[in-house]
This record gives sequence, C-alpha cells and structure tokens, in this order.
Amino acid sequence: MITAERKPLDEILALVGDKKKVLVAGCDTCVAICLTGGEKEAEILAAELRIKAEQDGREVEIEHTAAIRQCEWEYLDMIADKVEQADVVLSMACGIGIQSLAEKFAPRLVMPAVNTNMLGMPQEHAVWLERCVACGECRIGLTGGICPVVRCSKSLMNGPCGGSHDGLCEVTGPEKEEIECAWALIWERLKAQGREELMFADRPPKDWSKSSSGGPRKMVREEAKPV
Amino acid sequence: MADTDVKTPVAEDGEAVDEAPKKPVDPDFEPEIIVFACHYCAYAAADLAGSMRLQYPSNIRMIKLPCTGKLEVIHLLRAIEAGADGVYAAGCLEGECHYLKGNLWARKRIDHVKDLLTELGIEPERVEMFNMSSAMGAKFAEVATEFTERIKALGPNPVKRAGVDAHAAAREALGGAAMPDDPAPSAATSEEGHAT
Repeated sequence: MITAERKPLDEILALVGDKKKVLVAGCDTCVAICLTGGEKEAEILAAELRIKAEQDGREVEIEHTAAIRQCEWEYLDMIADKVEQADVVLSMACGIGIQSLAEKFAPRLVMPAVNTNMLGMPQEHAVWLERCVACGECRIGLTGGICPVVRCSKSLMNGPCGGSHDGLCEVTGPEKEEIECAWALIWERLKAQGREELMFADRPPKDWSKSSSGGPRKMVREEAKPV
Repeated sequence: MADTDVKTPVAEDGEAVDEAPKKPVDPDFEPEIIVFACHYCAYAAADLAGSMRLQYPSNIRMIKLPCTGKLEVIHLLRAIEAGADGVYAAGCLEGECHYLKGNLWARKRIDHVKDLLTELGIEPERVEMFNMSSAMGAKFAEVATEFTERIKALGPNPVKRAGVDAHAAAREALGGAAMPDDPAPSAATSEEGHAT
C-alpha cells in the first residue's frame, strides 16, 4: 500500500498561515491503514491545531473530515460541502489524494499535512518495508520474486556489487540497521527454486522510460471505458 | 506568540529537571484533573480508598472505562483541549490486565500524547499513566495527591477557557466507551455497586 508520515507540526502551521477556516481532510484507504492519515488521525491533528490556536490566541475554525478515498472524484463529492467552506484544506492523503482534492476544488488552497514516502508492505503491526517503486517494467519474474530495484541499495540489475558480504549490504539503513543484500536473497531464492541459471541468463536492458524518468505516466484501458 | 511563560517543557541545560515550575505557584490554583480509571482496578481502588476514609484531593474527576486499553489519543487530547489541567489513566498492574494488554496499549498511547503535547509547547507531564490493583486504595490516594501537586506546580493548562467542562468533554469524546458512574459514589456505597 501507499504509506505516508505526518509532517512536523511547525511545517503544517506554516502551510496554514493565517487562514481562519481550516479543514483537515483524512483519507480512509492506504494512509488510514498505515495509521497516518485516516479519519482518526485527521481528528487528532484538528485537535492539535485547535489547541495551538487557543495557545496563540488566534480565532480559527478547525474541522476534520475524511473521504473513503481522496484519489477518486466520486468520493470527493461526498466531502464537497465541508471543503467548499474552508479557506484551506489540509489533506492527510497520499500525494495522489492531495492532488485530486486540489484539482477537483481548484483554485481552493489544498496543503499536504503528510509526506508520502513509499509503496510499502506491513511486515508486522506498525512496521512497513518498501517493496516497489512502480518502475513500470517488472522484472521480479527473473529474480525469484525479489525486486532489485527497490531492495538493492544501488538498484543494480545484474547481480551483486563488491560490497556484499555474508548476505549483508555495505550500506546501512537510516537507523543504522543492517540491510540484506537483495542479490544474496535473490541467489538463495533462485537456488531454492532450482532456477540458478537465471542468474547467468542474458537480460535485455531495462527500459527506464517506463519509470518516472520518462515523464508523467498515463494508463488507459479502452475496453473498460464507458460507452 | 507572546506568552513565552507557559512554553519550554524541557530544560536547556540538559539536566533532568523534575517539573520545576517556570513561574511562582499560585496557592489558590485548584487544578481540574481527569482520571480515566479502569473498572477492574483503579475504580475499585478508589472505592476502597473511600471505605478506608483516606483523604485525597477533590480535584480529580473520574471516568470509568472497562479497560484503559479503550483509551485513544484523541480522548486525552480532547480533555486537554477542553481545558483539563492534567489527565491520567489508572490501569491494572502490568501483566494483570483483564484484557491481557490493554494497560500496555494505554501507556504507549499516553507516551504518544506526551510527544504531541511537547510538539505543541505544553508540558508533557500533564498526562501520565499509573498502574495499581483494586486492593491498592492507599496507592490510589497517593497517586491522586502526588499528581495534583505536580499539576499545581505546573500551573493552569495554557488553553483553559471559562465555561468549558473538561470532564463532560472527555466523557463525550469517549461516547459509549465510558461506563456510567456508579449510582452513589459516596463511602456509603454498597459492595456490589458496579451493576450496569
């Protein structure tokens, strides 16, 4: 799912500025599941903002709401009344939801209250690990179901670098935690599958134009378009 | 912006300052303290304290919960927003929760609220988690007394507003999660007073 983390309060306050009517808009899909931007978290942020305003002696009206999904026009209709009364909307959805909201209600001010950070897998309750970067050309069929683009620190596509030892990467994570070498994992998985030869097979170069470096992407399913 | 006197919850010199008041303590300040009490332990401990004729400050106002695990971050924030000077949860001793881990969840959530208050420039000491068993009437009175003293030293909640009832707001935030008060909370209450 798409994961996000709430921005620091000071940054949110700076985005709100001196606006009087603030709506905190949560999204009850991905960001609710990662406990960052659902209705519950929107209510908490709204309460924080009211406490802060009261402390600073500012007269503001702060409300909260949540759309089932902020990234779909139909669900945005359901929160339109509240959005249209606000001077600024603080969206707690992922970047897609924030932009959908901003586009639907343009030129109304819509500000991000979260940083969208990854496409993550919940490894255990309250822990998410990055598993995909939506590169547009999936190769994990050749790599034992393990993505080297996201799990190799260097996104190497053709085997490990010289910095891998005992199955660990020479790079450490942000909390100094060890990172498993993706190519060591791939090798072990391919061995377990009896498909080691894939390690040595020719692979055409990956087409990175299908990734975000090729400009904004668009997907159209003609067969599913309304008639 | 101008009221710098109520901010800075942590000392700049890095020394562990223990609730040092930033301004003179007002001897007339009577804090309003909301206690979220677990039905199985702290609420019964309060009853026991009453039966034992133990004195504790009348500043505390209780809300009974089936378990402190029912408490959520927003419930504590609502109490603070409504002007409660201090808020604490009193749950079972660790390892003795009737719902196994409710009191451990409550502690984590209260720790999170402390972080949110710090971010807001409000003293995190205004919220706390305590553990006690139903047999600890004396501990209940001691916690109530010590916490009241702590809040008196901190002074009033900076967002206190006249005419807002923090107890009612906290109760409303909890909705159906809060249990009804016992019919007669005086020392004369009979032992089986926990019907509904």
